[in-house]
Amino acid sequence: MSTRLASLALPDPVLTASGCAAAGRELGQFFDVSAIGAVVTKSIMLTPRSGRPTPRMAETPSGMLNSIGLQGPGIESFLAHDLPWLKQHGARAVVSIAGGHTDEYVALAKRLYSEPVDLIEVNISCPNVESRGQVFACDPLAASRVIGAVRRAAHPDTPIFAKLSPDVTDIGQIARAVAEAGADGISLINTLLGLVIDTDTLRPALGGITGGLSGPAIRPVAVRCVWQVHQAVPHLPLLGMGGIRTGQDALQFILAGASAVSVGTTVFNDPTAPVRISRELHAELERCGFGSVTEAIGFGHRPAGSTPSSPAQPGLGHPGLGTEEVSA
Amino acid sequence: MTATGPEPTAVQPGPPVQETGEIFDVTRFGDYTQFTVVAAGVARSFRPGQFVAVAVGGPDSSMLLRRSFALYGVKPAQEYAGTVQFVVAPHGRGTDWLVRQPVGAKLDLVGPLGVPFPLPREPVPAVLVGGGYGSAPLLPLAEMLLAGGSDVRMILGAATAGRLFGELAAKRLIGSVTVTTDDGSAGQRGRVTDPLPAAIEQLGAQIVYACGPMPMLQAVGAVAQAHAIPAQVAVEESMACGIGICMTCVLPVRGADGVSRFVRSCVEGPVFDAARVRWGDVGSLPPDLLGADAMGGH
Repeated sequence: MSTRLASLALPDPVLTASGCAAAGRELGQFFDVSAIGAVVTKSIMLTPRSGRPTPRMAETPSGMLNSIGLQGPGIESFLAHDLPWLKQHGARAVVSIAGGHTDEYVALAKRLYSEPVDLIEVNISCPNVESRGQVFACDPLAASRVIGAVRRAAHPDTPIFAKLSPDVTDIGQIARAVAEAGADGISLINTLLGLVIDTDTLRPALGGITGGLSGPAIRPVAVRCVWQVHQAVPHLPLLGMGGIRTGQDALQFILAGASAVSVGTTVFNDPTAPVRISRELHAELERCGFGSVTEAIGFGHRPAGSTPSSPAQPGLGHPGLGTEEVSA
Repeated sequence: MTATGPEPTAVQPGPPVQETGEIFDVTRFGDYTQFTVVAAGVARSFRPGQFVAVAVGGPDSSMLLRRSFALYGVKPAQEYAGTVQFVVAPHGRGTDWLVRQPVGAKLDLVGPLGVPFPLPREPVPAVLVGGGYGSAPLLPLAEMLLAGGSDVRMILGAATAGRLFGELAAKRLIGSVTVTTDDGSAGQRGRVTDPLPAAIEQLGAQIVYACGPMPMLQAVGAVAQAHAIPAQVAVEESMACGIGICMTCVLPVRGADGVSRFVRSCVEGPVFDAARVRWGDVGSLPPDLLGADAMGGH
């Protein structure tokens, strides 16, 4: 069940999702964090952040709306306490970084330069302070500036993935912009912006007013985004996420073009979900006749009538992978 | 630590487990439904104050978030399989589903979770205050305090008689219990904090333990502080995960270093020293909170 995200080889295609696994330690009580593809950390920022006032969460049909506000201890505490724990426990560490200025992202990438980080996921769904709070991920120019700057600042061997927001008119355009800026891959999707009104208080249910919608409710949006981005940048590996609850859900993302998947909100419901989904995905691939994850990546784009043993069409079947089989 | 000594009787809080437990008994008490569930893993390392997070709606549920309940009536596996008890008040779709579950149905549980009530090293007189079904975690606490030789009094309060819980169990344990209701439908009319000062003074209490709604915990904390004794209180915050990863159940709490932070009530609580919780700031962002300065522009 091995796969690859740019230069990073993973023994398993199922990862945690940023903001849904803290920095791995809590989930380590429920499963071996080294057994999954990687732990994707909650977004790390330069300094400690309190996050937003409560209430921070509202349950919605097959999902939830959250407004945490990137609460976190800052990069120094992360490097002192969290990253060493992940490494001691044999986990691959995908570090999510976030900032309000391009300079903050650059400073984070530099700080991580000689740390044991397996991949940097750049959370660009943050308001750009220099652009009156417009979200980086919604502006191709701002998104490409951040990704280009992080790519130049980070260790050249560390793959840089841009995490895209679905709240855009043309996600393919954003994908092409970050690809041209040097992204080694793309993670998608982040939450969708939503709002719930509490009909008892007659006011927004969340302290932050709006929040990010996640969970199975957003899965078809996420699969569509993976599909479109795979078409826009077929040479880039994709890390797909958005409402994955079962191995069958994960397979949809892989068929749409993802090389690996992240499991997020489902972990709140089932703390062992990443290992369960990995097991289920394995069975699904076998049922469909795929000999490996690699064979299934982007398979949904092949013409009707193709079978898992058919040769891949150039440029569609194996993004960024060639035909090389990756071993664990 | 000796290599050959007997097994220690007090089990330290162990890691939580996820397990499927069969409902062994369902009993209605007033507005509440008490579940007894066979869950040996959860029962094994339970300490009073800890809770369980229960999945609702079955495997394909559209309700993804677990519901958390304080544990009591925990019987570790001996001649029978271990069982745990928790009490549910229906107040939404998830709890409505839960109270409809019959004996024999299976529940997906994660527990035991959270920091338990700290126990005194020496016997100390203690007053326990429960609001509504907040009395549930105080029952095993009272049992442990009594077993340790402490004098215990209990005050149970609720809006109305139907919302009281644990009166009979508390009487069996302690011999007597003071009851208050807002509407006077049971016990004395008023709040739990009305008889609390006299209870502290008569007993010479050195600690107050409490569980219930936040305004009650704040008021209990104030009474304890006025008597210059600590109050250890268990909050009933809504939690999405219960295991410390979602960051939704945070409260502003002043740390031992004097710095206030948003801390997770599921893993750093649910039991807090009442004097450290900034009750008046719950639901807002106090500017002196660690990292509040970084929130501008976001």
